[in-house]
Amino acid sequence: MNWTWFHRLGSPPHIYRIAGTLTPWFAWPAGLLIAAALYGGLVLAPPDYQQGEGFRILYVHAPSAWLAVMIYGVMASAAAVGLIWRMKVAHAVAASCAGVGAWFTAVSLLTGMLWGKPMWGTYWVWDPRLTAQLILLFLYLGYMGLRAGIDDLGRADKASAVLAIVGVVNIPIIRYSVEWWNSIHQAPSVMKMDRPSMPFDMLAPLLMMLLGFTLYFAAVMLVRLRAEILRRERTASWIREVLR
Amino acid sequence: MSELSVKNLHVFRGERHLLRGLGFEVPAGCCLQVVGANGTGKTTLLRVLAGLLEPESLELTFRGQRIPPRDPDYHANLSYLGHDPALKSDFTSAENVSFNVGLRRRVASEDVQSALIRVGAAKFSDRPVRALSAGQRRRVALASLWLTGASLWLLDEPATNLDVAGQGLVASLIQEHLADGGLVMAATHQDLGLPPNQCATLEIGARGVSA
Amino acid sequence: MTAIRTSTIAAAWLVLERDLRLAVRRPAQLIQPLVFFAVVTLLFPLGYTPELGKLRAIAPGVLWVAALLASMLALESLFREDAADGTLEQFVVSGQPLVGLMAAKTLAHWLLTGLPLTLMAPLLGIALGVPVVAMPGILVALMLGTITLSLIGAVGAGLTLGVRRGGVLLSLLTLPLAVPVLIFGARATELAILGESQIGPLYLLSALAVLGITLAPLAAAAAVRIGLE
Repeated sequence: MNWTWFHRLGSPPHIYRIAGTLTPWFAWPAGLLIAAALYGGLVLAPPDYQQGEGFRILYVHAPSAWLAVMIYGVMASAAAVGLIWRMKVAHAVAASCAGVGAWFTAVSLLTGMLWGKPMWGTYWVWDPRLTAQLILLFLYLGYMGLRAGIDDLGRADKASAVLAIVGVVNIPIIRYSVEWWNSIHQAPSVMKMDRPSMPFDMLAPLLMMLLGFTLYFAAVMLVRLRAEILRRERTASWIREVLR
Repeated sequence: MSELSVKNLHVFRGERHLLRGLGFEVPAGCCLQVVGANGTGKTTLLRVLAGLLEPESLELTFRGQRIPPRDPDYHANLSYLGHDPALKSDFTSAENVSFNVGLRRRVASEDVQSALIRVGAAKFSDRPVRALSAGQRRRVALASLWLTGASLWLLDEPATNLDVAGQGLVASLIQEHLADGGLVMAATHQDLGLPPNQCATLEIGARGVSA
Repeated sequence: MTAIRTSTIAAAWLVLERDLRLAVRRPAQLIQPLVFFAVVTLLFPLGYTPELGKLRAIAPGVLWVAALLASMLALESLFREDAADGTLEQFVVSGQPLVGLMAAKTLAHWLLTGLPLTLMAPLLGIALGVPVVAMPGILVALMLGTITLSLIGAVGAGLTLGVRRGGVLLSLLTLPLAVPVLIFGARATELAILGESQIGPLYLLSALAVLGITLAPLAAAAAVRIGLE
């Protein structure tokens, strides 16, 4: 098959190979950073003067919450590229993002609940961040549901891309409205980590964790992208050569 | 005069590379009859040319100008008759025709009536479409097609559900349209009774570029 | 044949008028969301308490959630018939901008569901112990909010065109996007009941409506094109 015209931009075999080469470059630093940050956060960092040892779940919660939002952004950007420049590999990137993003959203919700138990004495409080995160989870589930609901791959790609773009326009509005709602109803909010000066030995592991999680996402996304490309191109001739 | 030229048309449906580098030309006053076995892409071809389906690649020239198949001026010059005749069952034939044509151009109710007479639908012009048979509905759809005044007709199995007289009607509408200098692309195996200089056949499927 | 092309405005008007005429000929579809709205609202006194004082406290949330669900219910049929009988295909090939036609269809949907729901809300409000003086405020809030709901819904309905039994999925797609409308709308209603100034949430509701009017028809048109492929 003549690929030069079919995928003028970003041909699948090319991206497949690049993704394979890049994966370890993200995976190893991610593993090292996360391991170091875990040691720093769980062992070296002192307990919080207010929250005691309980604050340490922050080291998983904050990076997950950050990734949950960031991945939606990556997904919507890839979807937009796919829609505008008709680049099929970009749709494959968006498709590989969704599942990871939904998982990190779920993890951030779960760790938020675990954090809430010692802080509030209950697993769930309508904290604005947790609430916004819950809505984000529904946005991810809707995206995945739409993708799964359309049989034709090309149509599923394009329709879910429109949804991702609509979602990305809406996320700031949803976040703002939830903050606004919270400010009226005065629900407790303990998860504010924007204290003026977090001590360095607490902050450093957190930053390492953020970077480590981001690299981990990149590595996982590339692995999933390769699987997605294989699935999509299963009838193409280059697959046989690659898998030999 | 008007002329349609298609080059380098590639279409994928799912994983199938359905149309591979199709190319053809339709001169003014000519009909291109698209034939081929089921599933070879006759409907797909017409839907691509109507701008309903995005092809992988297509060089479309209409009246000497390279245009995208979603160009509004191109659409204004084209009339597409698909499998579904776009009729509302709660509306009468006349209401349906006047809406479908009115969307494109201004139309008086006398014109609608004369179109319905032309296709032999005058008897049931004020009956709701719900009460019509499939063949009668097809006649109403033909009235809209005839009345739009578009120069390029894209017809997908235009004679479906029609009786012998109805098939004759399709052939005569096409002949009339060609005589006015129009273009027709029709996916049909019906004999349209056209002289050879007005009709070409495009066979798609095996490896088809034969026009 | 001398053909005068229909202007975009005239084409949009034709679509709007056609949808309204179709609805009038089939009034059952018009009434169902209203009955649904009433039934859901009236379930709360039965499921919670008949005390008007307590009901008044939850009235904003109840009215808005019920209105949201009722407007969602009517959405499923927004494009379904037009897609099935080939009308949407004719829209695409009509030479008219699809965005304009989608805006007209959305406006028709609002006139047929959002507006009647709004007009019915005071009746249901009385059943929830809402004082009569609060009614004008509630009407304004619902009117603004349901516009945005129809717009969001049109995008969702377009996206689920190619999905078999897309009803549940349609709700899953649109309800999270409708959260800001719910929040601002319920707050505006609450303030109306308390007799305080609603100006803040009403501004926010208007902002959402303006944003929706600018962007939603574009997204709906893109979704419909994709759905027809």
